[in-house]
Amino acid sequence: MFHKLLLTAAAIAASTVTVSAETIRWARAGDSITMDPHAQNEGATHALAHQIYDTLLQRDMSGSIIPSLALNWEALADNPNIWRLKLREGVTFHDGSAFDSEDVVFSLNRAMADGSEMKELLSSVKDVRAFDALTVDIETNGANPLLVNNLTNMFMMDKGWATANDVLTPHDVAKNETNFATMNTNGTGAFVLVSRSVDEKTVLTANPNYWGKDIYPNKVTDIIYTPIQSAATRVAALLSGEVDIIQDVPVQDLNRVSSTDGLAVATAAQNRVVFFGLDTVEGPTSNLKVRQAMNIAINRDAIKKIVMREQSDPTGVIMPPFVNGWTEELNQYPDYNVDAAKALMSEAGFANGFDITLNCPNDRYVNDEAICQAAVGMMARIGVNVTLDAKPKAQHFPIAKGGDADFYMLGWGVPTFDSHYIFNYLVHTQTDKRGSWNPTGYSNADVDAMIVSLESETNLAARDATIAKIWAAVQDAQMYLPIHNQVLNWGMKSNINFDVQPEDQPHFQFLTFN
Amino acid sequence: MLIIILRRLGQSILVLFLVALISFLIFRFVGNPVDNLMGQEATLAQRAALEEALGLNDALYKQYFDFVWRAIHFDFGNSYRGALPVAELIASRLPATLELALTSALFAMVFGVITGIYTAIKRGGFIANLILSTSLIGVSLPTFLIGVLLIWLFAVELRWLPSFGRGEVVTLGWWTTGFLTVSGLKSLILPSITLGLYQLTLIMRLTRSEMLEVLRQDYVRFAKALGLSNRQVHFNHALPNTLVPVITIAGLQLGSIVAFAIITESVFQWPGVGLLFINAVYFVDIPVMSAYLLLVGVLFVFINLLVDLLYLAIDPRLRDSQLNGEG
Amino acid sequence: MNRFLDSDFFHDFLRAPVALISFCVVLILILSAVFAQFIAPTNPFDPASLELMNGFTPPLEANMFTGEVFLLGTDDQGRDLFSAILYGLRISLFVGLMAVTLAMVLGVMLGLIAGYVGGWLDNLIMRLADIQMTFPSILIAMLIFGVARGLLPPELRYEMAITVLIISIGLSEWVPFARTVRGSTMVEKEKEYIAAARLIGLNRWQIMIRHILPNVLGPVLVIATITFALAIIAEATLSFLGVGAPRTEPSLGTLIRVGQDYLFSGEWWILLFPALTLLALALAVNLLGDWLRDTLNPRLK
Repeated sequence: MFHKLLLTAAAIAASTVTVSAETIRWARAGDSITMDPHAQNEGATHALAHQIYDTLLQRDMSGSIIPSLALNWEALADNPNIWRLKLREGVTFHDGSAFDSEDVVFSLNRAMADGSEMKELLSSVKDVRAFDALTVDIETNGANPLLVNNLTNMFMMDKGWATANDVLTPHDVAKNETNFATMNTNGTGAFVLVSRSVDEKTVLTANPNYWGKDIYPNKVTDIIYTPIQSAATRVAALLSGEVDIIQDVPVQDLNRVSSTDGLAVATAAQNRVVFFGLDTVEGPTSNLKVRQAMNIAINRDAIKKIVMREQSDPTGVIMPPFVNGWTEELNQYPDYNVDAAKALMSEAGFANGFDITLNCPNDRYVNDEAICQAAVGMMARIGVNVTLDAKPKAQHFPIAKGGDADFYMLGWGVPTFDSHYIFNYLVHTQTDKRGSWNPTGYSNADVDAMIVSLESETNLAARDATIAKIWAAVQDAQMYLPIHNQVLNWGMKSNINFDVQPEDQPHFQFLTFN
Repeated sequence: MLIIILRRLGQSILVLFLVALISFLIFRFVGNPVDNLMGQEATLAQRAALEEALGLNDALYKQYFDFVWRAIHFDFGNSYRGALPVAELIASRLPATLELALTSALFAMVFGVITGIYTAIKRGGFIANLILSTSLIGVSLPTFLIGVLLIWLFAVELRWLPSFGRGEVVTLGWWTTGFLTVSGLKSLILPSITLGLYQLTLIMRLTRSEMLEVLRQDYVRFAKALGLSNRQVHFNHALPNTLVPVITIAGLQLGSIVAFAIITESVFQWPGVGLLFINAVYFVDIPVMSAYLLLVGVLFVFINLLVDLLYLAIDPRLRDSQLNGEG
Repeated sequence: MNRFLDSDFFHDFLRAPVALISFCVVLILILSAVFAQFIAPTNPFDPASLELMNGFTPPLEANMFTGEVFLLGTDDQGRDLFSAILYGLRISLFVGLMAVTLAMVLGVMLGLIAGYVGGWLDNLIMRLADIQMTFPSILIAMLIFGVARGLLPPELRYEMAITVLIISIGLSEWVPFARTVRGSTMVEKEKEYIAAARLIGLNRWQIMIRHILPNVLGPVLVIATITFALAIIAEATLSFLGVGAPRTEPSLGTLIRVGQDYLFSGEWWILLFPALTLLALALAVNLLGDWLRDTLNPRLK
């Protein structure tokens, strides 16, 4: 009798859990910062924006560019400074108004306006013009063969809606203002925003007039998005069946999740490399031999095995494999060799080692603090006495950026899938325009010139040759100690079929059920 | 009487100014907000411009007075994270925290008083001693661990209760409540226990010792000698006298519950002001941090003032001593 | 000494099994913390001695890569948990003890002054106590930590973590001491022996310290015991909020914070052993405090 009751109760519980098979309850660590699609260039913010807004172009699971709101795109044969994009016909915004070239002109200009965090990606753009209702010309300062790479996170808004609601520019935090687009949306995307409560819950429902209705599976009718910051609680919510899919599954819980009935883990390589940076100007690390010693003192295989539980891809270069310029040789990482490292330390005159502080984030990358902690032990073996200073990302980044740090951890994603993006921020001499994330003090005029030349080189073969040259210089200078590329793991109900996207951005119109 | 009230009010305002100063100064030093506002692509010139625009380059005293002036007008500026007005943000989060705090206070009060009375009446009994000893476990483990263990047991293993969030909430004007839905009530259980366990132990022990104290008083002995039943003595005479100090202390502890909600809320992803605060700390969201501290300050000062005034109203003898400065 | 062995206090103690056991537990924990470097098989604070490949070894099982065996297993960095707990216990005890001492000295001094001198000084101190009470300890600790973070250079910041913990916990717990001592002092100072001491020309400080202080020590001891347990838990809580002892030199609280990440993954020992140690310590101290209070306050017996 009791068992029967229990079974009935379980059945009722089960039926209430799956109110509708098409509702997806989705969780990840952080909430979107704003609904304004141009105000932030940040993963969690883009994750929600991708459901509501569309971009002109998108990437498939392999990273190749495929059509979205633009059907085709090419640089004009007679003028390589102009890219011409043909737009999709019959697309409407959530409020019913039609999508046309005026909206593209408006959106790209908005993304380049003050207050936009996306403008750096469009810094080569000189002008955007409507050629006709469904054709747009983008003119760049000099030819930019890779412009289209920068359009996959550039969201399209409705000019009429933006005008009516006075959100012609992204909200400018510096002006201490907020705007309508922070909490309201009108996109062309597969989902419409129903309600939103920051840090608590965001509800989306399928867009009945979605242009991709017949193109993509579109099995999901509703999305309930809840950020859950505590890793243990997030996993608990998946294990207890309170959510259907979570991003950011802690690596130690992968086994538990995949061995639980009704749950599965989907895995893919992520477009993000994690590494240490070193000061090349002052202190012991200004000595190249010391940097080389530290590089071979890192046991990358042990970090992969123990700290990352096999969920990483050790590397010898600060470039994910998706990126143009990546080669197998560059990716080769040196053998872990304490004796050789000690010998290098002696040659450099630091046989007795030295003291240094390692600045590390504790809420940004997968097991960031644990990796740093492991590095402390590895450095101790060659006499480098490391003090670990781990902090939340918001407090870490100023240090990793400002040049105060002698030894720090950083991760780098490459949204353009091109080496230039890495060089421009991490290799170029730190000036007010470039090298803003290069606090190592590394400065090489030849390399700087080569980096700038990449921006207008139209001969792709010559361009690739230059990229290879710059990488050779970077590898020789050894101001960065590469660790690994991250691996993404999404935990989900096993009746869900969903490929992991390399930029950690789920696009729910692609999700299907078994 | 009026003088006392005015004096207490004056003191309270002074305290608030102090709180404002401390909160302002401290968080000015925690980190650089500019890095949170700018993405990884920002150039140095853009950063300098933003620093200027935020007034971070002004003299500190000027930043402070600006801050106080705006605070008086409920203008705490916009959150650096998300660009929503801080006052609005806090107002939208306050119901969650207050409902959680209230529920755990109630939980602690009811169970604390009941077990407190029981352990006092059955002093030395086996069950009473057992209750006393096991209750200490509640104060011998950190809150966050209790929360995680409860999630593990009741959400993951038994699947009885939700592991995170508030469940379904009902909107009543600007207030959102979880009291009116089943999932809302279920969601309250684990966080309330986590948050209230410490207070429960405290209240239980306080009730017990107060009760023991009262039972020793002459009038209680007298009542017993008169032949009143134990039950009548305990509940009609001893209990009311016990409860006055217990309620006072419990009231004063309300502030501490709100503060400890920071931990409970971050374990259970409870969307209240505590979670808002801890995120603000991690994000170096200065306007939110300052506003939260001010809020806590106001709350505490208000509770203290209320308790003081209540005492004054109840016990006229205190008035003279207050005037003589022996508060 | 003989007088102590003959005293009621000592006899009561022997007759209370709970108190006796608690005392033994606390004594054992304190001794093993003090002599940690002789008991612990490894030095968990020496990063060079850590072998990452030893990570996640279960208790009493051979590690699959290195073959090493550990009594209580290892944590995520290959650190021997038994050693880590002993050293962590040392930090937790040290923080607790120093914080209580700070709170006690501060509270007793202020309480004595407030109670004995009275007047505006009393008023000021008690108002200060009110303000202090309005801000719960964890908030104060986070504030102090925030300031220290901002003002100290990075190298010092780390060495200062423990000091900052002590100061922040100590500063937030002085009020109960002050209130109790003030109350007792106000009662004591009206008694005749104080008037007599005044007559023979002893000054205020001599009277306060030599004559009043010994008479209020009982309740102070009780509060100190309970505050000690409170401080140890506060240290753990602050570690959870990321403002405690660093992971490279973990306290019990830090070990628990790290361990809770492995609650679902099957590596139960990383959480269980540090948590049990903390529970045993805090529970024993609390039980001792209970017994002390009942014993020193005969009316409750």
